[in-house]
Order: sequence, then C-alpha cells, then structure tokens
Amino acid sequence: MLDKSFYEKADEIISEHSRGKESLIPIMQDIQAVYRYIPPELLSYVAKKIGITEAKAYSVATFYENFSFDKKGRYVIKVCDGTACHVRKGTLILEKLNSELGLKDGKNTTGDMLFTVETVSCLGACGLAPVMTVNDEVHPAMTPDKVTEVLNRIREDQGGQNE
Amino acid sequence: MDYMTIDGIKVPMEGEKNILSLIRKAGIDIPTFCYHSDLSIYGACRMCMVEDDRGKMFASCSEQPRPGMVIHTNTKKLQQYRKLIIELLLSTHCRDCTTCTKNGMCELQSLAYRVGVHAVRFPNEKKPLPIDMSSKCIVRDPNKCILCGDCVRTCSENQGIGAIDFAYRGSKMQITPAFGKDIAETDCVGCGQCAVVCPTAAISIRTNVTEVWDAIENPNIRVVAQIAPAVRIAVGDKFNIPKGENTMGKLVKALRIMGFDEVYDTNFGADLTIIEESKEFAERLKSGEKLPLFTSCCPGWVKFCENKYPEFAGNVSTCRSPMSMFSPVIREYFAEKDKEEGKTTYIVAIMPCTAKKAEILRPDNFTNGRQDTDIVITTQEIIRMIKQVGIKFETLHSEACDMPFSMASGGASIFGITGGVTEAVLRHLSPDKDHATLENIKYSGVRGKQGFKEASVTFGDRELKIAVVHGLKNAADLLDGIKAGTAHYDFVEVMACRRGCILGGGQPVPMGPTTRTARMDGIYQVDQLSSIRYTDENPLIGRIWEDIIEGREHELLHRAMETEVHA
Repeated sequence: MLDKSFYEKADEIISEHSRGKESLIPIMQDIQAVYRYIPPELLSYVAKKIGITEAKAYSVATFYENFSFDKKGRYVIKVCDGTACHVRKGTLILEKLNSELGLKDGKNTTGDMLFTVETVSCLGACGLAPVMTVNDEVHPAMTPDKVTEVLNRIREDQGGQNE
Repeated sequence: MDYMTIDGIKVPMEGEKNILSLIRKAGIDIPTFCYHSDLSIYGACRMCMVEDDRGKMFASCSEQPRPGMVIHTNTKKLQQYRKLIIELLLSTHCRDCTTCTKNGMCELQSLAYRVGVHAVRFPNEKKPLPIDMSSKCIVRDPNKCILCGDCVRTCSENQGIGAIDFAYRGSKMQITPAFGKDIAETDCVGCGQCAVVCPTAAISIRTNVTEVWDAIENPNIRVVAQIAPAVRIAVGDKFNIPKGENTMGKLVKALRIMGFDEVYDTNFGADLTIIEESKEFAERLKSGEKLPLFTSCCPGWVKFCENKYPEFAGNVSTCRSPMSMFSPVIREYFAEKDKEEGKTTYIVAIMPCTAKKAEILRPDNFTNGRQDTDIVITTQEIIRMIKQVGIKFETLHSEACDMPFSMASGGASIFGITGGVTEAVLRHLSPDKDHATLENIKYSGVRGKQGFKEASVTFGDRELKIAVVHGLKNAADLLDGIKAGTAHYDFVEVMACRRGCILGGGQPVPMGPTTRTARMDGIYQVDQLSSIRYTDENPLIGRIWEDIIEGREHELLHRAMETEVHA
C-alpha cells in the first residue's frame, strides 16, 4: 500500500483532466512526470476513477515503452540505438555506461537509485550521432571517455555521496 | 434485390453487415478465429481473407458488401496466405496436441489440417509462460494463446467485467490480468464464457473428472449424481444426436453404466427453489423491504453483484441455487443409511456451468460445517467420461431417475433458460393455474433472446414489475438504472450467460446460431411435455418436505447469511 500522499497527488492530477477513458494516457504521463515511474497501485487507482478496467489500463501502459512500473534513478540516461547512432558505435556507449555503473543481467537502475540506463530507438538527432540524453539534456557525439566525464560530473554535483 | 458474386455463386444481399455473413450464406464455411456474431468485429486473425476480381485482398469480416462485387474465397494466393499464417501461429504455439484438453476440438488444430500445414519451418523461441491454475473454474495456459482476443471481448463486451486484456506488444504480446496477476485475484466470476469462445486451450474448463472416477472406484462411497436442466439438451451434441434433443434418459443410463449409485434430477432442487423463493418474494412484497428481489440461482451473477455492486448484495435472494438446495437434502436422506452401511455419500453435480465449481466452496453453501456438493463436473466433462468408457451413447435405451427425487415440474426444467426462473415463480404464485393462465405467462414478456426483458403481472391488488436480464453487461446496465433511480422493479432475474445456462461455460462447443435456437426450443419442449407444469403439482415434494425439510428450511435451503457477503 502506498503512502496517502501518492493518492492525494493522483487525485490532484485526475482533477486536471476529464473523467473518461481518453484521459488515461495524459494522466499516466503526469504521474510519471512527478515520480519518474508509475506506481502500479496508482494505475489501478486511476483506472477505477476514470471508469476503465485495471486490465485495460495495464494494456495501454505496457503497450508504450515510455511508461514504466519500475522505480527509476534520479538521472535517467537514454542511449540512442537508432540506425545512425548504431553505425557510429552507439553500442560502445551503452557498454561503457553499464560497466561504469555495474549494471548487468537486465538490471538498469543502480542500487543507490541515482542512475537508470535505457535504450531508445531514435532520439531524432541523427546528425549528432551517437547521442545520449541525461534527464532530457542532450549529449552529442558521445565517446566512451565522455561517458566517464558525464557520470563523474553528476556524481560531483551529488556532493560526492557515491564515492 | 442487389446481388454479389462469391466463387461464381450469385448471392442476394439482405442487409448483411459484412461480406463474411454473405459468404457463409452462400454455403461456404470460410475459416475464422476472431469472428463471433455477438461480439464486436476485430479483424485480427486474417483467416477470412478474400480476393476481389482485381486481385486485391481484404478481410471479409470487416468489409461492407457492395452490390455487384465479385469475390473469390479460395484462390491459390489465399490458400498460401492462410497456410503461412497458421504456420506462423504454430511456430510460437505449444504443440503437445496429444496431451492437450482441446485435442480433437481445437480450432487451430483443425484449421492447420484443413489448410494443409504439414510442417512448421520456424523454431519456437518463446520462453514458456506459467500456467494459471488459480481459478476453480477455468485454466489459463498462455502458451496456447493465438491472441485472437475473443476472450477479452467476451469478458468486457458481454460480461462487463474485463478481467483480462492484451498486454505488451509485438512478439511479447500476451493476454493477461493486470500486472500478470492470477485470474483468481481479479473480478473474474468464473462464468467460463471466455473458454467458450477460445479456439484453443488457452482458456479451458478446470476439469474434475479424476475425482469422480476415484469416488466411483471406492466401495465405501455412495456416488450420487444430480443433473441440471440444461445438460440434457446439450449432452447429445457430441454423439451425433440432433441439437437440442432431450437425452436425459440416455444420460441416466450412461451414468448407471459408469457406476453411479443414484441418479437424480436437479429439477427437483429447482422445485424447492421455486417454493422458497416465492415465499421470500411474497414476504418482501408484504414488508416492502429489499426490493427488487434478485434471483440467486446463478453463481456468476451472485459473485458479480458482490464484486461490483455490493450495495445490492442484500437484495439477492437468500435462497441457495437449486443444486445447492438439493445436495443437503440428498445428504439428509442418506444420513441414516450411511451410518448403517458405513458409507459416505458423495454428491456429484453435473452442470452446464463452470462457476458452480466455485459456488460449492462458498462457506454460505455449507451445512453444519460440511460442504454440501462434493464436486461439480460440466457437460463437457461428462461427455469426456462417457467417451472414456466407450459407451455408445446414441444407442442407449432411456431410463428414469431414481426415487424419491425422480419427478419435477416443467417450471423447474426451464430454470436452464433466461426467463425460466421468473416464469416458474409466476406459475407458482398465480392463483389460477389453468392451461390458459399458464399460456399467458408464457407471453408476458419473460421469454425470448433479447438481453433485457420487462414484464408486468397482476398479483393480488398490485401490479408487479419484473425484469429479466442475461449477460452480465446487461445486468450492470440495469443496476446502474436502478441506482440512478430511472428504473424500478419488484423482481429481477439475472443470468450471467447469454440466453441462460443452455449456453453456459460448461456446455459443449461450438454454440453457433443453430445450436442456440435448438437448445432454447429443446428446453421449452421438456417443459411442454411435463405432465406436471408447476411445483404445487409435484407429488414427491410433500413427502420430502415433511420427512426432511420441515422446520429446517433456513439450514438446508438458504445461504447462511452471517458468514457471508463481505467476508
């Protein structure tokens, strides 16, 4: 069971939308904007409030890669794996990130909840390949060395608490 | 009249909504997985593809007929197309046909044969998903799912529940309850309508045949069968007997051959229900409380009401279902004898219904702490048992049920069809019981296949308003109406399955339009041929009432309300 504050926040978000099935996606987007993921309990809660079944809401939520039921780190790093990035060795960027952060076996969030690494099919910035974003901040023409730089800078911003 | 040409046959257009209906009208059995006339059109399976005279291919289920169209249903191109689809479906499908519960009845299996798939070129790289055995009524095996979506649409469109839906996409797509939960954790009521439409064994009836054979084998167990009204007009389906024909006599004989000790008719239990429910209705009318009275025979409906409309749970009749009234009476009847002979009575209920498998486990259907009905097997399962033994069912000579529960009224026999409970209660309550009055009740509006029926009947000095609904979506609409104050009724009959138990989740499939009509006619025929038309005329009731029931009505015939509803 989630803390009461989650449901209050959900109520607040729901009240900003019409109470119909058409509001499911905008509401889920708003919830995800707040928590960086959708707490499963809230999906069921929203479904009930807007009059659709839990199974239907789950169906929509799992259809889109963008929605996640897993808690994400404070910094969500998206590595582009589109054609342009792929041929310019985007895979190396991903490998470097995973090894630097100790992520393997399908795990994509660090234990300290600081980083989440995801791949996306295209970020729409093929001219800057290979590209990655950190919380929507674009990092163009990435190299494995630059990955280390970016990660270190973030860790420094966090006051060295992860060292 | 407008015409279109299908495989060279000129077919008249008579308002058909899609080309598929016209193809079938032309006598061509075009294959489908996802098309059911009472569900929305989905167009997913692509089996019903046709080609027009310009070589354009399209799905006939989702295409409007236009006058003058020229359609081919079986060109070389189409044959290859269907074959490839089936091959691709099979490539990710569990192919252990010989051990599958649907073996011999599977639509995928028969279509694979029909279109001529003899080998599958693609290896199955899908990781097996766990089988969901959480429900007492149905089993979900996602490894056998072909994603036609029939179950999803049945559950949401017809039943208004939506316990399952598609999840994920592309090659990862599956049909599941939200968050991959067990089906038992959802609002599933166990009606089994998903299993009815499922072309494979992705959703099938949870079978209890082994338990029954074990009981029959045990010499210390008295195995007693009770047979529900809707079973007798459907069991013949799988033995080349015309659809809808009453084969009760043959079924009784078959059960005796199999080793059942006593065979009774659940219709006797229905007569008990008519008495108790009429009494309850009269009392509520007098007090004016808890109206409308909702019927309680259908376990799918009772659970639906508790899940989704708990505020109406108190309006549901406290009467047990006919099956659950009958079982404790049978047990009482044998109590002494069991003691003398050192035996236990084991009650097997043969039902058209999957939800009954869960009903018998409800604490409000226990008497003195003991489960009343030991096991429920569906019509499909009894057919399997008959086939296991190798009985030539169609050649059997009919036999009658055992005394003292062998007679029942015609009113009881129509419990298996929508409107039947209402009609039987009206017959019972009616002060005049001459032929003309009974005929009039027939035409009061309670009969027919419409999902929502209304009737108005004079009772004493007042006009009773009655509603009859079947299909839980219709029930939900009705309840919403009552909640909103736009609908007022005194008596409401609800059945979870469309047209009632005759099309229940445990009945043999397929249940196409011809079968549906035949079963409706069949069950009314049983009533029409009964010399006893209403409960008061049943000469056996009086004796049983005196010997067993008198003074113990609450204990034996009603649901124990204290343990129930919101527990």
